[in-house]
Amino acid sequence: MAKSKLLVVGGGLAGLMTTMKAAEMGTEVELFSLVPVKRSHSVCAQGGMNGAVNTKGEGDSPWIHFDDTVYGGDFLANQPPVKAMCEAAPGIIHLLDRMGVMFNRTPEGLLDFRRFGGTMHHRTAFAGATTGQQLLYALDEQVRKWEVEGLVTKYEGWEFLGLVIDEQGVCKGIKAQDLSTHEIRAFRGDAVVMATGGPGIIFGKSTNSMINTGSAASIVYQQGAKYANGEMIQIHPTAIPGDDKLRLMSESARGEGGRIWTYKDGKPWYFLEEKYPAYGNLVPRDVATREIFDVCINQKLGVNGENVVYLDLSHKDPHELDIKLGGIIEIYQKFVGDDPHKVPMKIFPAVHYSMGGLYVDYDQHTTIPGCFAAGECDYSQHGGNRLGANSLLSAIYGGTVAGPNAVNYIKGLDKHVEDLPSKIYDEAVREEQAKWDDVISMDKGNENAYLLHKELGEIMTNNVTVVRYNKQLQDTLGKLAEFKERWNNINVNDTAKWSNQGVQFTRQLRNMIALANVITKGALLRDESRGAHYKPEFPERDDENFLKTTIAEFTPSFEPTITYEEVDCSMIKPRKRDYTGGAH
Amino acid sequence: MADQKTITVKIKRQDGPEASTRWEEFAVPYRPNMNIISVLMKIRENPVTTSGKQTTPVAWDMNCLEEVCGACSMVINGRPRQSCSALVDQLQQPLTIEPMSTFPIIRDLQVDRSRMFDSLKKVKAWVPIDGTYDLGEGPRLPERKREWAYELSKCMTCGVCLESCPNVNSGSSFMGPAPLSQVRLFNTHPTGAMVKDERLNAIMGDGGLANCGNSQNCVQACPKGIPLTTSIASLNRAATVQMFKNFFGSDHMVD
Repeated sequence: MAKSKLLVVGGGLAGLMTTMKAAEMGTEVELFSLVPVKRSHSVCAQGGMNGAVNTKGEGDSPWIHFDDTVYGGDFLANQPPVKAMCEAAPGIIHLLDRMGVMFNRTPEGLLDFRRFGGTMHHRTAFAGATTGQQLLYALDEQVRKWEVEGLVTKYEGWEFLGLVIDEQGVCKGIKAQDLSTHEIRAFRGDAVVMATGGPGIIFGKSTNSMINTGSAASIVYQQGAKYANGEMIQIHPTAIPGDDKLRLMSESARGEGGRIWTYKDGKPWYFLEEKYPAYGNLVPRDVATREIFDVCINQKLGVNGENVVYLDLSHKDPHELDIKLGGIIEIYQKFVGDDPHKVPMKIFPAVHYSMGGLYVDYDQHTTIPGCFAAGECDYSQHGGNRLGANSLLSAIYGGTVAGPNAVNYIKGLDKHVEDLPSKIYDEAVREEQAKWDDVISMDKGNENAYLLHKELGEIMTNNVTVVRYNKQLQDTLGKLAEFKERWNNINVNDTAKWSNQGVQFTRQLRNMIALANVITKGALLRDESRGAHYKPEFPERDDENFLKTTIAEFTPSFEPTITYEEVDCSMIKPRKRDYTGGAH
Repeated sequence: MADQKTITVKIKRQDGPEASTRWEEFAVPYRPNMNIISVLMKIRENPVTTSGKQTTPVAWDMNCLEEVCGACSMVINGRPRQSCSALVDQLQQPLTIEPMSTFPIIRDLQVDRSRMFDSLKKVKAWVPIDGTYDLGEGPRLPERKREWAYELSKCMTCGVCLESCPNVNSGSSFMGPAPLSQVRLFNTHPTGAMVKDERLNAIMGDGGLANCGNSQNCVQACPKGIPLTTSIASLNRAATVQMFKNFFGSDHMVD
């Protein structure tokens, strides 16, 4: 019998952790990534990773972390996996520390922790303000060791084109393409783990990296996997507006004492501290975003009449700022030119994270047998709103669950992929080759893919982010149907058969349009306000009708079929979410 | 905005690894605070040169756009750097953009930096852990030591230091400053130091420390301000000590 093999798609924290876990169990892994894995988007995470290690004498515990997370997510997450994640968190922090992550320390040489939004506890371990980079590098290094030992093979610079699914509907591998040579291959795999990150680029400009198109997850959804809570998109309150990207200014700035303000009647107005005396500037992201949006858009009180407010660190000790927040201070200095040690930063909300994603069970198994998902591309941990510093945790935790469960699934198979006939793989390659040939020969039309993408981004940002109205959501669906047609009229401007980025982007754009439909339709049908999803026409949370997971299924028209599933609230009874009082 | 300001940019193009090179010139509408990435993005929305010739969009690598992923290195006005943090307002015009020349060209501004990742394998740039199972807390570390080690751990393998180094080229086996500095990082960590002799031995031979000509370009060029020459000096000392340890036998390998 041939050796079993696991395919992992995506080399960020979730994919690398999955890979390590599987390799450690003796399973061969092939790892696919658009970019050298060290350049994955996890690198952009700044502020830190949560875990109730309780080293500050505050009586913190995994249960309180669990309660903060469920409450912060407005009760939309199934509770058992959230509880398991919060219980695993302290161990994950220690593991990464053992791998050599240069976490900030206390004078005693122990891990230091800081505060983040939606909690009263110091629970966030951090490495300056580049924690994601440091965690990613640690896992990258460990996987490199497995590469040297021969158990892991990396395919960097390859794009995922789809799952190979057999006649029984079971996943038996993937189709992928080398981005330089354009070679298309089918890879045999007894199981596949999708760890392909979020879809921020659907909104044009966001805090996300350029590879975060959601294309890979969209393909799996188009192949029949269910997609859950797509409408739950987190808008981060504090980013620097920019031409090419909206650069994140970490929540840790507020965790370390940063204050949000603008002028009102000629005097500084600390509007978050005034309205939320207990949490102050550390209310969860959806709450802070709505307040900033209201101050700028409705009250027209942005600084100098522009859509920005101040994020102020200038009262803090400059040396301490460098040690704890150096990474983001450098970004602000380099990209804006002002010095946050001396002047307040100008910020505005930006699309940041998708709470929704591929539907998975408690084993991280998608609805396609043999295909698992972990990290931002799965929906499981954050409900209607993610707490800051929980994403690094959920990405790594997802990998620790998906890896071993995929290996156990493989152990239960009676036949291994190496013993299967080559027919389905040959057909898969033929099918993808034909699709590619079609796109690369799109040289007659008059649409530019990048301009069409810009339009998509503007419409999605205007209508499907902070404040949502049914009329505009309905119009957006109409626009998306038009985009789907206009896509056929793209001129790729380049028919080169070598490293053709325009054709690759054109292909991704179609998948972005498919996923934009999921986000918009889910938002249209959810007639309530919960977490990041806010409708002024339905300002209250409606547990009776919508304490439910939204489930989207693909149809060829691109407008998904939506159904709902009950949420498992068996551990913490849903209660009103309100941060204006003290601890919840 | 009738009198829209434009910026002129000359880009060195190459269709593939074996293809010939050519320069193309573009005019792009100016916007305040624009970086090189937004210039390239504007070009791909309408790939027409200043002489009115329809051309292909420029191929380049980018990802995070905030100088942490290391993807978008290129040579801008003669200087290797990250194109995301290269702001047009701070650069002399016309702009010239070329690929880094130390690495094999893929297409246009895209280069193949895989040799850097191979070097990381050679020097065992990782902390050897027993496994991912729960073994409790990691080793304690003094915060002041952590602070300088953290500076070394910010290396994003962007290749700018190799490009600026006169001793790294296709005719030389020198691995360059970036992987060397990683040896210092991992030999600093209490667990990493348990195999510090293996890392030092790996950089004592051909392609390692001895190939550094001390031009000090790397430390000037590094976008993350990593003290690369300090690392190399410190490693030279450590390697010399290691040489004596090797001579005196296995009792002194790692302490």
